[in-house]
Parts: sequence; C-alpha cells; structure tokens
Amino acid sequence: MAQNEHPGDALETPDASRRNFLKQSSALAALALAPPVAVKAIDTGWDQKIATAFDPLPLQVTINGTMQNLSIEPRVTLLDLLREQLHLTGTKKGCDHGQCGACTVHVDGQRVNACLTLAMTTEGSTVTTIEGLAQDNQLHPMQEAFIKHDGFQCGYCTPGQIMSAVACIREGHASSPEEVREYMSGNLCRCGAYANIVEAIMDVKQGGKKV
Amino acid sequence: MTKDTKNPPIDRVDGRMKVTGGANYFADFELPNMAYCVIVGSEIARGTITSLDTKKAQGAPGVLGVFTHQNRPPIPGWDATVGGPADGPPPKPKTEETYRILSSPKILFDGQPIAIVVADTYERATYAASLVKATYAKQAARTDLSKHVAEGIAPGGSGDYSRGKADAHQTAPVTLEAQYTIPIEVHNPMELHGILAHWTGPDTLMIYAKTQGVNATQNAMAQAFKLDPKNIHVHTEFMGGGFGMGLRTWPQETAVVAIARKIGRPLKLVMNRSQMFTLVGHRPYTVQTIRMGADQTGKLVSISHAATAETARYEDFTEATVNMTKFMYACPNVSTRYRIVRLDRSVPIWMRGPGEATGAFALESAMDEMAHKLNLDPIEFRLRNYTETDPEHNRPYSSKHLKEAYQKGAEAIGWSNRKPQPGSLREGNWLIGYGMSTGVFNAFRWEASARALLKADGSLTLQSAVTDIGPGTGTALTMIAHNVLGVPVERIKVEYGDTSLPKAPSQGGSAIVSAVGSAVFDACTAIKQALIELAVKDGGSLAGRQADELTLADGILSADKEPGKKVTVSELMQANNLTVIDRTKESKAGPDHQKYSVYSFSVHFVQVRVNPMTGVVRVAKAVSVADSGRIISPKTAASQMIGGVAGGIGMALTEEAVIDHRFGRFVNNNFADYHVAVHADVPAIETIMIDKPDPIINPMGAKGMGEIALIGFAGAVANAVFNATGQRVRHLPITPDKVMQKLV
Repeated sequence: MAQNEHPGDALETPDASRRNFLKQSSALAALALAPPVAVKAIDTGWDQKIATAFDPLPLQVTINGTMQNLSIEPRVTLLDLLREQLHLTGTKKGCDHGQCGACTVHVDGQRVNACLTLAMTTEGSTVTTIEGLAQDNQLHPMQEAFIKHDGFQCGYCTPGQIMSAVACIREGHASSPEEVREYMSGNLCRCGAYANIVEAIMDVKQGGKKV
Repeated sequence: MTKDTKNPPIDRVDGRMKVTGGANYFADFELPNMAYCVIVGSEIARGTITSLDTKKAQGAPGVLGVFTHQNRPPIPGWDATVGGPADGPPPKPKTEETYRILSSPKILFDGQPIAIVVADTYERATYAASLVKATYAKQAARTDLSKHVAEGIAPGGSGDYSRGKADAHQTAPVTLEAQYTIPIEVHNPMELHGILAHWTGPDTLMIYAKTQGVNATQNAMAQAFKLDPKNIHVHTEFMGGGFGMGLRTWPQETAVVAIARKIGRPLKLVMNRSQMFTLVGHRPYTVQTIRMGADQTGKLVSISHAATAETARYEDFTEATVNMTKFMYACPNVSTRYRIVRLDRSVPIWMRGPGEATGAFALESAMDEMAHKLNLDPIEFRLRNYTETDPEHNRPYSSKHLKEAYQKGAEAIGWSNRKPQPGSLREGNWLIGYGMSTGVFNAFRWEASARALLKADGSLTLQSAVTDIGPGTGTALTMIAHNVLGVPVERIKVEYGDTSLPKAPSQGGSAIVSAVGSAVFDACTAIKQALIELAVKDGGSLAGRQADELTLADGILSADKEPGKKVTVSELMQANNLTVIDRTKESKAGPDHQKYSVYSFSVHFVQVRVNPMTGVVRVAKAVSVADSGRIISPKTAASQMIGGVAGGIGMALTEEAVIDHRFGRFVNNNFADYHVAVHADVPAIETIMIDKPDPIINPMGAKGMGEIALIGFAGAVANAVFNATGQRVRHLPITPDKVMQKLV
C-alpha cells in the first residue's frame, strides 16, 4: 500500500524551523486570541504557514495484518485515512458523525465508528476492515451468512453491518434476536434488510463457528 | 422453465462483492491527481447575497479554486435557459424564479450552494470551505405549507378528475370527512450523494455517478455542456440506495463537472448528510382531504380526494398522490383534485412509492374509518367494494389476485384475533391492535435493450446499461436468462451500470425487471433460436426435428422423444466454427398492453402494541402480501418486501424532517434526529407472494415490486393504532405525543 502521498506538498514552502517555532510558541492560540494579528497574518500569507502546523505526523498502525508506517495530518479521521489514502474503500461514509455505523471497523478487536476516530489515536493499534475479514479468499462465516440470508440490498451499509455483527457475537450480545436488534441498532440500513441481517447473525451464532 | 413454473430462490449474484468490500460505489474510484470539492450552503432561505468573502479560503493551503456566482465556469446548455429545471420543459404557469446553481446572488432556499471550494485533499477543502463568509439582504421566507394550503395552484398536466355526480357525498347515508397530513420525508440512502468527474479530453467526459440511470445522466450532461452524448461515459455499477433521489441529475453535479473542466483535474464531490436534506429532493409535505359516502349495506357512494403539496418557487414538482382513489374501489361518484404551493424550499422528488404512498395513507385510513362507522370488518368493507375492472378507464385489469392476498395475509397475521371494538385487546401493560391496508402501483413496461453473448464454453454474458440500486436486478436478469437458455446460474455474468452497454431506462417505478428483463428474455430467446437452427439444419446433429421437440438445459440440446439424441452447445458451436453467439434486442410493450389496466397490488397487515402510559407504538408483527405477477427471484423479491416494511415503519412512526419556520431551516437534518427505522424498530416479517404470472405485461409474467412494498404500509399502522387505542392519528408520523394527546 502506498505511503501517504500528499499532493498538496508541492504547493507549500517547506519550513521546518518555522513550523517548530509555531508549535512551540503556541502561536496558533495567540493568533486565535488576537484577531487583528490573524487578519494581518492572512494578508501576508501567514495562514499557509500556520496551516503547516497541521503537517503530517508519523503514525504506525497495523491494518488488516500489514504494519503501515504512515505520515498523516493529525486532523485526518481513520475513515478518511482508510478510504482516501490507503484506498481501502470497503469501509463506507454514510454520515461522518457516528450516527449510521456504515464506517464500522475493529480497532484492537473493538467495533468503532472510523469517522469518529482520529487516525492518530490508532498509533500502535491493530485495525481490521471488511477487506481483512476473509482469510485466504475464504469468506468469514458472517459474510457467508449475509449472502445466505440476503442480509443486504444496495450493499452500502453491509461492510459496517458485518463488522458490527462479528463484534456483536464476540461481545456476547447475540443471545436472542431481541438482543441482536438492540446491539445492532447503531448500524442503519435504509434498504431495510434488518430482518435478514438478524437471521444471518443468529445463524452464525447458533452455527457455533469461530467468529 | 416457463412462466407457468415458480422460480427457485438463488443467492444475490453480486453478494460476494458486497460482503467483501469489493463493490465499488462512485466515491470508491480513485483517479490520478484527483481533487476534492466541498459545497458551502446559504444561511438564509430567501434573499440576496450582499457580500461574499472568499479571500481567506482562496489563500488556505491546498486550495485550487473557490467558485461562486461571480466566477462559476460556464454551463453552456443551461446559462441561457429561464424558469423550471434546466433539463426539462418550463413549467406552466411560469415560475417566478429560475435556479441555475452559482449563477446569481439570489437565494431561493436554505442551504442553496453559494460556493464550491476545491482543494487537493478532503480535509483542506473542508477547512477552506469553513472560511467562506457571506452577508445577506434577508427577506421573509415562506416554508410552512400548513399555513398556505389555500394558495395551491393547478400544475400543468395534472387536471382534476371526476366521474358521476360531484355532490353525491352530501346525500349518502353514512359520511366521513377527514384531513390527513404527511410531513417532509427524506430519502436518505446510506450512500452520500456526489459525483466524480473527469474530463479525459477537451470534449470527452468520464463520470462516476450516483444515479438511477446512467443514460439519463449522460443525456443531462450532454445537454448541459452541448456535447454529443457519445462523448460522455457514465458509470454506476453499484449505488448505495436511491429511493428516487437519483432519478435526476442535480445542479451541483453539473457544477462540479464544469469546475473540473476549468481546473483540469478529476474532481470528487461527496456531500455531507445535512446537504442530503436540501440538495437531492425529498417527499413533499402534503395535506389531503377525503370526503367519503357509503350506504348502509357497505357500498361506497362517493369519494372525493384533494391533495395539496409543497414545491419550490423555481420548479414545479408533481406526483400521482390522488390517482389510487380513481380506480381502487367500485364507486360511482369519484372526484380528485391536486394542487401545489410554491414555497421558499428546495424542490422535492419522487420518494419510494412516490405520491401513491402519500395518497394510500389517506385513502386507506379513510376506508378504515368508514368501515368502523359501518360496523364492518375492514377487509369485508373492501370486499364489498371490490372491482374486477378498472372503473377509471373502463377496462379489465391484466391480472388481479387481491382477494387471495387479503385472505392469505389475514391468516398469516391472525386477523381472527382482532376485536372490532378498539382498545379491547391487552397483553400486560400493552394495548394490542390489528390493522391492514392496500397498496397499488402501475406496472410499467418501458422500452429497453439488452445484449446476450453465449460462448462456446457454455458461459453466458448479459449486458445492459441499467443500474442496480439494490433490488437485485442482476440476480433477476440472471434468472430470466437461465430460464430461457438453461445455462447454469453460476455460469452467467451480468454487466450493467455503464453507458457503453445497451441502453436502458432509469431504475425507478418498479419497472426494471419488466423492461430490461424482457430485453434479456428476447436476446436469450434469439440465441436459443440460433442454436436450434444450427442443430436442425441439414447435416446438423438434430437434423429434421421441429423446434418444439427440442429442450435446452444445462448446455445440452436434446430431442424430447428420442432418449440419448442430444448435442452440447459447445459441440454445436464448434461444429459451426462459432466462438460466440451474440444477440442484442430492443424490447417494448405490445399493443395489447393498452387494452388493460396493468397494476401491481399489495396488502399489508400489522399487529401493533401501544403503551398507554407512554404513547409508544411498536410494530410487533408485519405481514406483507404481493400480487405482482410471476416472481422471478424469490429471495431478492422478499428482501424488497421486508425493505418496504422497514421504510413503512419509519414513515408511519418516526420520519419527519422538521423546519424551524423562523429561519426556513431544518433542525433535524442528521441521522441522530431524523429517525429512520433501526434494527430495534423492525420485527421479523412474513412476506407472501401470490406468484401468479400476469398474462399481458411481458413474456415472464412479472410485474413490479419495489413501490408496492411500501405503498399502503403507513395506513396499516395507523389503522392498527386505532384498533389498539380508539385514537385516530391522521398526521404522520404517529409519535408518542400524538398518541398521548388523544389518550389523555
């Protein structure tokens, strides 16, 4: 997978010492408190330099079994990192506010909304996305069950539903259809495949295969 | 297999792609040197931009351009047009306003794009967009339809309807008059809208779109940029739901294409969720009045149905809200009226089950109210007014098995447990109620084309430009081809969603299995014909046999009456030096279609539980029955039906986009506050297919499914809530406050 490529770098003037100075002197905070100065900064083209304070920082994270040494802006979410920089587009953006679950991935085994997770917070972690669920071209039992029970229609929420469903069983929250409905309610499906998704999850749970 | 035989359930053919993350939706494509667009929306609903400061945004890192009404690149096919949609005929009567994105400082609705910021990364574009500042001269905005119902105008092309006597209602022994309201609902497919636009040459364009029709997008862009459609390539293999919002090309898509041309880089726009409420349509707020008269024997004497819906000041949107009333029941005196009010709002668009779902809520609620007045079971009341011929057009239905649907649904829900006296069933702290409702939608057969290629190795490829937004089009087409040619399902590949493939209509109106399926049927039948001709010709391995004495299955053509006499498709093609048999067919409805009224029907049954302490309504059981001809793909068809139930539960109980009319702005434009049904809202659902072929519509006998899955469902819930509590809620959604207001 390509390292973080920043098309914008060419437009900037690298100025490491300036960046460090800005960071160390909390100049950003000072500017925020002094609007006239900020306006002047913009007039003199300072804002570009200020923004370079958001320049890439190193991030080491294991994604789908591969250690990634990345360099990313601290404001980049895990979702946008996966999609726009690592081209792992199986993880979907549905709301960007943690309200729909389409971006559900596993971080150190926990299901999280990738859109609410700043990528920098995954330093040293293990991230699994939908692309990392099947092993050696062998579908995960949950993927098989979604096909068997037709647990989708348009397929857009499906990666998030599947990642969430796997975690739901691992957490021990799949003892009954009612419990599954409660613990899957963070994953919206506008096509309305819910009934089939619950059947798929119960099938996997009762099938006893390792998830 | 013929249309006289039921089809077996098969897995969705694109299932593996969808469960592995391998399905690519428009925003998943990556192009070299791609840059990102972010839309800045207006903060007022009506007025004029007085100043627009883009300087800070221009100077922000990575910004490649900030485009406003002062510098939006030309869209030559639009810029000289006035009134109505840029890609359609101007409305009558003429609209007072014209909306062409980023062309004027005038603001016509809240959230109207005032700038599009382009930068080299998504984060930089988002940040720069936050730096764009506007000031406005604000005018008072009108956004509340309920205050302006009386100002409705008759839109062009949808005249008032009447048969029989206009005032029959006044003399009927039993009468009912009631007003029903549905709020603004928003399609909210899970996939955010947007576009990926790439000018591959000065006059050639590649678009990855979120559209329900690649040919429609191709034509819209060709018109906008005055290009030959052949120069425009549109790709939408996967679409993350549409529900109607992808049935037109939206102005911001065209703007991004224009900006991409100017900047000279591929551009990607992915809108945010709140913009999904303002920039890609909605189901319009609609107020309906029904007046109904019946006699003591339970026969309808009259129905009048009037609907008034909101639209934009710059475009007229209309839909078939009152149509069902014209033909659903045997009733001698019927009148309908449809009006629109132009408000300071963005324009609506058809949403699943479009106007019919709105109309069915009113009509089917009124039928329930009247049945109660007559002391009749709601099913019995419908049966007493059942019609075997279409009273609007005075012609037979092509097929109608609604009586069977009523009976099967009633058995499955346990209708015999229903008590006619509301509020008389209880389980613990919960009141229990049963309700039912009917749905109906036109079964169309539009013109479509498809190509089929049978290879000597026995595999088959099907091609059509049609998109599959989720109903399982690819799976249904596979089944149709399998039935004609006997090629095993796993050896059939479907290619779709691309303008390089044979033309197809947009996926909408529940018409695709009928339209594209017929073209696939015809193309495959032509291949079968070719194979038979090769086999029976002089010197052929089945020389001298008649076509109807031969059977084609599993890649083998055999003579029915001569065991062992057979030839494989591969042998046949090799013997004739053929590597592929390639047939493209255009297909459309025959003249017989016009002699019939061709409709799909559905019946929805629900059992609800209502908590009298909190007013909470839960749908505890749901049964949906479809009378939609031969079911081609039972598994994906059932999924459409359960999807309609989930959508219907949202429509009935939770969905309402709320505007703060002081500002003309939505206050719940996100998934936390606009409540679509979630897992916890949706019970296990029983779907029942009548599964009898329609003799008229197409060679498969298949009618549409997607719309009827939703149409009528909300009425069934309202009727069940009445049965549970004795309280009639006529204003959707049926939220606890409304239930409590009536119970207290």
